[in-house]
Amino acid sequence: MTALDELEIRVWRGAADGHYQVFRAPRRANQTVLDVVSWIQREADPSLSYRFACRVGVCGSCAMTVNGKPRWTCRTHITKVAKDGRLTIAPLRNLPVIRDLACDMAPFFEKWRRARGRFEAAISRDDPLVPISPDSLERRAADAAVECINCAVCHAACDVVGWRPDYLGPAALNRAWVAWNDLRDRDRSAVLRAANAGAGCGNCHSHQSCAEHCPVEINPTRSIAGLKRAGLLALLRGSL
Amino acid sequence: MSVRLFLAQRLTALILAPLVLVHLGVIIYAVRSGLSAEEILGRTRGSLGWALFYGGFAVAVAAHGAIGLRTVILEWGGLRPGLATAVAWAAALILLALGLRGVWAVTAGGGL
Repeated sequence: MTALDELEIRVWRGAADGHYQVFRAPRRANQTVLDVVSWIQREADPSLSYRFACRVGVCGSCAMTVNGKPRWTCRTHITKVAKDGRLTIAPLRNLPVIRDLACDMAPFFEKWRRARGRFEAAISRDDPLVPISPDSLERRAADAAVECINCAVCHAACDVVGWRPDYLGPAALNRAWVAWNDLRDRDRSAVLRAANAGAGCGNCHSHQSCAEHCPVEINPTRSIAGLKRAGLLALLRGSL
Repeated sequence: MSVRLFLAQRLTALILAPLVLVHLGVIIYAVRSGLSAEEILGRTRGSLGWALFYGGFAVAVAAHGAIGLRTVILEWGGLRPGLATAVAWAAALILLALGLRGVWAVTAGGGL
């Protein structure tokens, strides 16, 4: 057992072939996992690499694996995850580790591009705005998925990404679902083709780990199911 | 998995679900008064219905099983998609040949 006023933290050091290093940090009454990581870097080992920005759950850059689960460290209170005073902190799964707790996010965003998750306008800024009813099916479907802030927690939680690194994954496909439901896009069928390609939505096993771990409670599995449905209908209509 | 393979696997699953239930029902029905080759062959020999039933079964199994096997190979075997597709095609053809040979044997009495 650790002392009541102390935490024992195993922190991943190095790249993919690294190891865990044990640190001891003071336990405070009000403390997040990110506070502990920052304390280690400032007080114990300045060479510790990690990534954060806003500290309040807006930017999505501080996600790490905490006691085996992907989480935003800034929004994870120590009392929630370290009841016995022990913590294991590792980089996110399914992404190349640069060093210590920092992952290379480039493959993650490359998948967004492959899924055609970007908006391409059908009209110019000089044209009148296209009215989209807030009650339309497409708008409501996009609303349910649009709040993603690209933290990669779902990507790290997905077993299929772990098995098939080329699989587009829940975040990119959730983004594609938003683009597919955006009636202002100039070529929505291109989104559907990209999302239904060989490494696309057909590979999802609906384990729902993405939905289970998403910090903003988006359900990417539902978005992926929507892409599967839309892809099948388009294939049957000959428009895929 | 491409959307065509996705569709093919769901369609073959839809076909297989009732076929499997009928198959299991026939097993229970067939053994109620002992099980013998004569009794089975008496039911299936020369029967176009059973030939179509189990012929369809064999075709659906070959397609459904091979598509599923391709996914398992890709996810757990780490093979490239092209190689996984080749292995899956080989599995499909073997399953189809074995299945249709069995159907031929019990309905037409042919041996290969």
